[in-house]
Amino acid sequence: MTAKKKPMLEIKGLRASAGDKEILRGIDLTVNAGEVHAVMGPNGSGKSTLAQVIAGHPAYEVTAGQVLYEGKDLLDMDPEERAQAGVFLAFQYPVEIPGISNAYFLRAAYNEIRKARGLEEVDSMDFLDLLEEKLRLVEWGPEIMSRAVNSGFSGGEKKRNEILQMAVLEPKLAILDETDSGLDIDALRIVANGVNALRRPDRATVVVTHYQRLLNHIIPDRVHVLSAGRIVKSGGKELAHELEARGYEWLEEGVGAAS
Amino acid sequence: MSSSVETLVNKEYKYGFITDIEADTAPKGLNEDIIRLISAKKGEPEWLLEWRLKAYRGWIKMTEPHNWPNIKYNPVDYQDLRYFSAPKTTKPLGSLDEVDPKLLETYQKLGIPLTEQKLLAGVAVDAIFDSVSVGTTYKAKLAESGVIFCSFGEAVREHPELVRKYLGSVVPASDNFFAALNAAVFSDGSFVFVPKGVKCPMELSTYFRINAAETGQFERTLIVAEGGASVSYLEGCTAPKRDENQLHAAVVELVALDNATIKYSTVQNWYAGDAEGRGGIYNFVTKRGKCAGANSKISWTQVETGSAITWKYPSVILQGDNSVGEFYSVAVVNGKQQADTGTKMIHIGKNSRSTIVSKGISAGQGQNSYRGLVKVLPKAAGARNYTQCDSMLIGNRCGAHTFPYIDVQNSTASVEHEASTSKIGEDQIFYLKQRGLNTENAISMIVNGFCKEVFKELPMEFAVEAQKLLGVSLEGSVG
Repeated sequence: MTAKKKPMLEIKGLRASAGDKEILRGIDLTVNAGEVHAVMGPNGSGKSTLAQVIAGHPAYEVTAGQVLYEGKDLLDMDPEERAQAGVFLAFQYPVEIPGISNAYFLRAAYNEIRKARGLEEVDSMDFLDLLEEKLRLVEWGPEIMSRAVNSGFSGGEKKRNEILQMAVLEPKLAILDETDSGLDIDALRIVANGVNALRRPDRATVVVTHYQRLLNHIIPDRVHVLSAGRIVKSGGKELAHELEARGYEWLEEGVGAAS
Repeated sequence: MSSSVETLVNKEYKYGFITDIEADTAPKGLNEDIIRLISAKKGEPEWLLEWRLKAYRGWIKMTEPHNWPNIKYNPVDYQDLRYFSAPKTTKPLGSLDEVDPKLLETYQKLGIPLTEQKLLAGVAVDAIFDSVSVGTTYKAKLAESGVIFCSFGEAVREHPELVRKYLGSVVPASDNFFAALNAAVFSDGSFVFVPKGVKCPMELSTYFRINAAETGQFERTLIVAEGGASVSYLEGCTAPKRDENQLHAAVVELVALDNATIKYSTVQNWYAGDAEGRGGIYNFVTKRGKCAGANSKISWTQVETGSAITWKYPSVILQGDNSVGEFYSVAVVNGKQQADTGTKMIHIGKNSRSTIVSKGISAGQGQNSYRGLVKVLPKAAGARNYTQCDSMLIGNRCGAHTFPYIDVQNSTASVEHEASTSKIGEDQIFYLKQRGLNTENAISMIVNGFCKEVFKELPMEFAVEAQKLLGVSLEGSVG
């Protein structure tokens, strides 16, 4: 790795609202290539909103600030353009698409992204070869691919499916929105393995989580604490342990005093 | 993307071209002389002319149904229409090689090659242009196994005894306003006869094309499967873009004898009119099958994406014991389209079974109604019906309506009805966009998933076609 770090994601003074309600109230955050950042914070602090705004969810309006992805203005891009450029969001609540098989859906996504990059589409046979290795990563057999996308999946299966999609699409910037919530210990390990397998000097990951426990498996380079729409504290991986021990209240009070 | 779905840009209708061809047309208007003219042009026997005239005399006493269907349109001026239009030919056609090249080119443009070397493998086609059949493929090959597949006009000439036996046996000339009109003026259509014990060796298909202006299309299709026979039949339809509405009032009759199976699939893509609701086809169609024999089966599958107004209820009379009726339907309305469609399952035979799966998709300002009747008569002991009726809404200005009628007169019958209405979710669309699909591909994927149970009933090559068609019909439905 070279000494000079390349920023993958640069967020400057980002403000965003849903309807009349301002949720993000000035976020500054830089994530370099090769790094894993954890964004923590209490419920309602704006963690998920941050993840959704980066991905381009239409329910949120950006009112101020800038988001650069590899130096390009991310806010100027449609959600599908962001995905095609290598931004991936693992959803907190993955959506069901009845009647469409997991295999068909994932190959369509894979090919859309390849097309946008000027690459040839892969046929279903070649895609199956590629899938085999990725399925092993999430410890699944091929039968999951013929089920309809997330339809009738348990909460844990849905999250695992997000990791499978991430492994297939190989994003440059992956954002995991509370992927650990509702997982038992085995599923947690599988999710962490998937994320760790993707770690490379030219990729970055943002892990949004309420709890420290996922960070025992995915060791972050930086930890940020969000409260009332702002980052109130940043630190190394030890900050996560401190939060686990002390909770979020001491930081929230700090915000109250400052404003 | 805003929180919904306001910008409606109607996708160019791919099949909206007009073929410039000299036509032999009847003068405008409808009276007994016009009917005599049509009958004479087709060289029909006296009994058929009498049948037409009787239908006409019944029709003039009937009124266009405006009260009960959930569709709105101005009454049709039947005296302002032409009831016959045929491309001019110098001599009767001996083979497809003699078909006017302009017509061959028309069907080529529609993706239906009629020249022998380019035929769709394994599918025999009858091409109907306005009021006449311009050619039927694979006739000789089918004849080897005893299957008759020809235009209705030819059937009247070559097989009058069969036509006379079954014509009107399922949909009587007096059945309803549009069926009576059709009986009086029907021009051409397809005729299929599959003799006892024969499994038709290939898919049969008819392609309907309306071309001439101010002309109605009134085709009539009759399919008979004798004991133990089976056949799969598909129809497709398109029309040019014109500013005035055009009337299409067809009748389809199916007869299945003991142990026979008829599968009838429709991919309907008539011109739907423009974004303001100008033009488009009035698709007022009566389709009915009779499971006349024991253990017979009739299955309707329809994918309805076109027409300004659709009024059709492909039905099955389950007369034979243990007979089976099925209705699988996808109906899409976009722009200002209106559809009132569904089915009737009439259980007469013991242990007769029926399945209804209806998927209605409404976008733009479209209004989509499912109307279905399940009737179990007193003798139909052990009859069973299962109905599933799902509606999907895309946007805030469209409508979905359901009118199920259930009439059970036998206490051993079991009837189930499930219904659901869903709105295509912004979260679903966003999820797919986040995986790299654009909005239209995302909607197309969600809708195709919604319709999967129906598409899997279509013959393979047409299922692919139907999926593509659905994507095109909904293009521009989300802004």
